[in-house]
Amino acid sequence: MIGLIAIGVCAGVMAGLLGVGGGVLFVPGLVIFMNLGQHQAEATSLLAIVPVAIVGTFKQDGYGNVRRHDALLMGLLSIAGAATGVALANAISGTILRVGFALLMVLVAIQLVRKALGEEPKGSEPPGASAVHAADGSET
Amino acid sequence: MNAERQAELGTRRALKLTVIGTLAGVFSGLFGVGGGTVMVPLLVLWLGYGAREATGTSLAAIVFIAAFAAATQGAYGNVHVLDAIYIGVPAIGGVLLGTWLQQRLPTRSISLLFAAVLVASAVELITR
Repeated sequence: MIGLIAIGVCAGVMAGLLGVGGGVLFVPGLVIFMNLGQHQAEATSLLAIVPVAIVGTFKQDGYGNVRRHDALLMGLLSIAGAATGVALANAISGTILRVGFALLMVLVAIQLVRKALGEEPKGSEPPGASAVHAADGSET
Repeated sequence: MNAERQAELGTRRALKLTVIGTLAGVFSGLFGVGGGTVMVPLLVLWLGYGAREATGTSLAAIVFIAAFAAATQGAYGNVHVLDAIYIGVPAIGGVLLGTWLQQRLPTRSISLLFAAVLVASAVELITR
């Protein structure tokens, strides 16, 4: 229970800092601390992501980082894909799904390390003041 | 640029967003995550988004994607609502803490720390 709360806070910090939903920590947290099966952990993680993403979105929107029209389009048009993904997940065994998920975690870890090492050591620029919008060109 | 060309560009853009949303949806449903891992790089590569805009916009899309996927999983009877509350409510506090920290700390060391946590959890998952 305490472990679950701790991993919840960690996932939230990660979400706030890095702009993700936190699911990549929710799923292992639920498997390890609540002994949920892989399918149950993934399903439960999805529900937990919703409020976290809502709060994170409001924060990011305040910094001017949300393109609302694009977000709405992607979000609403994801419904067929989301249903397909869930059907796929429920069609394969928990063991295979768990191995796939572990690979995903390693992939995200590699992404994080590459980003951290590619970053200027001076570190945090205030959000919203982001100077570099590389090759942004015709957008906006 | 004439109006016709502009309309064509708009259509291509909408098509790209549809493809990204669909891919993120499949990924989200399959792995129980938001799909930001898929969306952020694609928004940067295909639509010329800056890194912060990509994460912000992806987070907003995740609200819908995760809600659709959670509802579908609910139909399979896999969602443990109470556990979602136990892990989700502390996470909301974490988000506020995280955005506060983002303005005060270099994200570099924190990113490396999270990478280590992810790899350790991956090992724990596999060896269970």
